[in-house]
Amino acid sequence: MALHHEHVVLRVISKILIPLILLFALYVQFHGDYGPGGGFQAGVIFAAGIVLYALVFGLDAARAVVPMAALRRIAPLGVLLYAGVGVFSLLQGYAYLDYTAIDPADPSHGQHLGILLVELGVGLTVAAVMLMLFFSFAGRGRG
Amino acid sequence: MIDSLAFDALNLFLLACLVVTALAIARLRGLFAVAMLSGIYSLLCASVFVLLDAVDVAFTEAAVGAGMTTVLFLATFGLTRAKEQQAPHQKRLPALLTAVACGGILLYAFSDMPVFGDADTPVQTHPIAERYIETTHDEVGIPNMVTTLLASYRGFDTLGEVVVVFTAGIAVLMLLGRSRRDRQEPTR
Repeated sequence: MALHHEHVVLRVISKILIPLILLFALYVQFHGDYGPGGGFQAGVIFAAGIVLYALVFGLDAARAVVPMAALRRIAPLGVLLYAGVGVFSLLQGYAYLDYTAIDPADPSHGQHLGILLVELGVGLTVAAVMLMLFFSFAGRGRG
Repeated sequence: MIDSLAFDALNLFLLACLVVTALAIARLRGLFAVAMLSGIYSLLCASVFVLLDAVDVAFTEAAVGAGMTTVLFLATFGLTRAKEQQAPHQKRLPALLTAVACGGILLYAFSDMPVFGDADTPVQTHPIAERYIETTHDEVGIPNMVTTLLASYRGFDTLGEVVVVFTAGIAVLMLLGRSRRDRQEPTR
């Protein structure tokens, strides 16, 4: 699948685009409180950036940047982060996933922080699972 | 704000493009072209979602539908053949009848749908929507109401969705995660 020996135009353009795509994913992730988007969108955009890298520079290069072993840990980490926020609010004596528990003195601040954390969990899991899907499919049928 | 005539024209143009793309997909036998066209179909859908002010959905459609799905199709063609088999003639009439019947049922059901933007639908009149719109500012205080709903009011649902995504990832890994090269690696 690697195109890196011939297509100079593709290589140069994607070298410019990929950092912007990844940056945009982070923007969608952490600006989701204010603009459109959130963890799901950010996760797939981030994964799409890495997939573009894999298509242009080869699967091995992409696997070196984002190893499968790391993805296998990040995917459950996101779910645990999300569920962990809920367990934290339980331990504080609030309902499960009631973000007021994070900062009872300032409920609005607690809500902001809680939403940021669970969205981060969503983003981590979605990005990791998308990349695992891609690497699994693309890695089949090769040596 | 786009005026309504331009809005209608843009909508009609995009929907016409969708129909043309769908017809092309049905006609073509080369699956590489079909994968590319279905990517274009997703991108057109994303544009329609933008026009409907559903930017979140448009993001997802563009990244997953046009991006990831197309790439996964292409990766799959690397493993199988990229040419669709010609259907034998005797199977064509039943297929046509099934398609016409399904289309007829959809058209029949379509007559029960409310007019686009109708203010009297349950979505608009149910008190829960008003409750969210009125209290979200004081209770959560985040400008993006969609995020507030998904992450806070409906936090359980979203947790469930993340678990579904995670489970799908595990399932795919179990089915085809270990390539031959991985297996040859010495166990540590």
